[in-house]
Amino acid sequence: MHSVELDRVGMAFGATRAVDNVSLTVAGGEFFSILGPSGCGKTTVLRMIAGFLEPTSGTIAIAGRAMKGLGPNQRPTAMIFQSLALFPLMPVWENIAFGLEARGVARAKRRARAEELLELIALKGYGDRLPGELSGGQRQRVAIARALAIEPQVLLLDEPLSALDLKLRQHMRAELRALQKRTGITFIYITHDQSEALAMSDRIAVMNGGAVEQVGTPHDLYDNPATPFIATFVGENNAIAGRVSAIADGIATVDTGAEALRGRAGPGLAVGSAARLYVRPEALAADGAAENGVSARIDRIDFEGAFALAYGTRPNGAPLIASIASTALASAPAVGVAAAFSFRTGHATVLPDA
Amino acid sequence: MPEVLRRFGHGSGTIILALVFLWLAGMVLAPNLTMIDYALRPNLPPARIGGPDDVYSLDNILYLFNEPVHRAIFVKTIWASALVAFATFAVCYPLAFWLAQRATRNQTALALLALTIPFWINEVLRTLAWYILLAYRGPLNEALLGLGLIDEPVRWQGNAGVLAGMVYAYILFMLFPIYNAIESLDKAQVEAARDLGAPTWRIHWRVVMPHAKAGIATGCVFTFMLAAGSYVAPALLGAPGSRWFTEIIYNWFFEGGDWNRGAAYALVLLVLCLVVVLAALRLARVSLAEVTK
Repeated sequence: MHSVELDRVGMAFGATRAVDNVSLTVAGGEFFSILGPSGCGKTTVLRMIAGFLEPTSGTIAIAGRAMKGLGPNQRPTAMIFQSLALFPLMPVWENIAFGLEARGVARAKRRARAEELLELIALKGYGDRLPGELSGGQRQRVAIARALAIEPQVLLLDEPLSALDLKLRQHMRAELRALQKRTGITFIYITHDQSEALAMSDRIAVMNGGAVEQVGTPHDLYDNPATPFIATFVGENNAIAGRVSAIADGIATVDTGAEALRGRAGPGLAVGSAARLYVRPEALAADGAAENGVSARIDRIDFEGAFALAYGTRPNGAPLIASIASTALASAPAVGVAAAFSFRTGHATVLPDA
Repeated sequence: MPEVLRRFGHGSGTIILALVFLWLAGMVLAPNLTMIDYALRPNLPPARIGGPDDVYSLDNILYLFNEPVHRAIFVKTIWASALVAFATFAVCYPLAFWLAQRATRNQTALALLALTIPFWINEVLRTLAWYILLAYRGPLNEALLGLGLIDEPVRWQGNAGVLAGMVYAYILFMLFPIYNAIESLDKAQVEAARDLGAPTWRIHWRVVMPHAKAGIATGCVFTFMLAAGSYVAPALLGAPGSRWFTEIIYNWFFEGGDWNRGAAYALVLLVLCLVVVLAALRLARVSLAEVTK
């Protein structure tokens, strides 16, 4: 299969280091996402894999072959641009067949191949239209077909769904995912939308400030964040500040001044040091049943449909967010009252303050 | 027109419209109608003007088509103007692409300034500079002799000189329309074409040029018209063998003293330019409104 390996890759633009010492191995046939806030260097990594940028340090290999010195037209990759970059003056079928045209394939054969791909993306009969005559979702699919036409080993996607509305985006997520499984092509998907990355990926690399902070499955990142950044960037999280009073059997106790709360100890913790306990809103139960209890006065409850978010303030003034299932809303504490919340030790992670 | 009246009110709106009308009537319509009038009348001594011989005919125009030397120069002027337009395009397109897509802001500003500065000087003087550069004992020949590329000086003046002088004179008329057109091209389009494996020439042929079509057509039309109507460059940089049609027109007016025949020749040139321009625009499927934007 066609793996992509980045070995200590760095990219400097003048004095600024956009990407610093990134090492990743993307397995062949994997749906791999690179997630991070804007400016974290994720697009630079993608452009280096595509060949638009040559890393200033480190090496990139695809299917075991070093990519140094090869241009984007010589690499077994195809890129889907954020703007899609469809050629507006060419009919859809010529767009799809452009890679074949560049390879000198005869016109009749190009047309036939374009028709096959149009069928694959469920746009049969749209070949003679111009891209401007298609809807956003249809253009998206044409861009994918155009990339698939050159039979790439690796497909690089630069936030291609960001321009679509929510419903269509969710639909395209499933479609992309299904397409990836069907074709077996390695996908490297860039996004700043953590729910997108969690929903689609086999594995995710989270980048921050030009470096990779953690690589793992969506579950892994969500349940076992390795750094405070990941704990707060991937999904919603409560960060409860305190000091580590004990560590035993992988469980750390955090003394917040008012409570002693326990959670699974993350890497780099030391007794006596400042730390935060991270607990997800959905791990907080609106009762005192679980091992660790925190109290908060409810300021407001936002109804989101399947669940409601209760925004509270703890006695020391820090915020607390708890998620309450809609079905349990009737028995939930009311706005303005001091409520007791609790969570299980296994649902919390303690990480040292950076 | 109602738009003008609404924006400026009836008082100033009427004045603006009257001025535009006056300008069109006085500067465009009157001279051209006078030229047509002259072109269709015979060249008579003052005493016989208005007399029985002063009747409209096509004689002056037909004279051009029956005179083999003038006819040859006319045809040559047309195709040579097309060649000038093409050569100017060949020089400007890579530069425009670089400026619009590759150069940094500072590079663009510097390059555009450097290109504009020579145009602060009068066209005749700029052409005279080429006259000096291309002279038989001039710097270009000296340099080529010094480098050992030629054994004896080349007579640049003639077709080569006229071409060089015109390309230089009309560079901005070609550069800016193309630059404007390419600047609006999404960089990702070029990258996508490259990513799909297209070599550079195909990226330009299939992606950049179609996008810049209106700009290219505008630049070519401008350059062609300016070249066909040019007088200074052929007069200074040409040789007897490279005469331009405008020189023939000049000769009828100021040396032959036959304004009527001169006007007829000028009319033919005007009509032919219009035909070529409209044909070129039709060919490029660009409307006249797009060009004038």
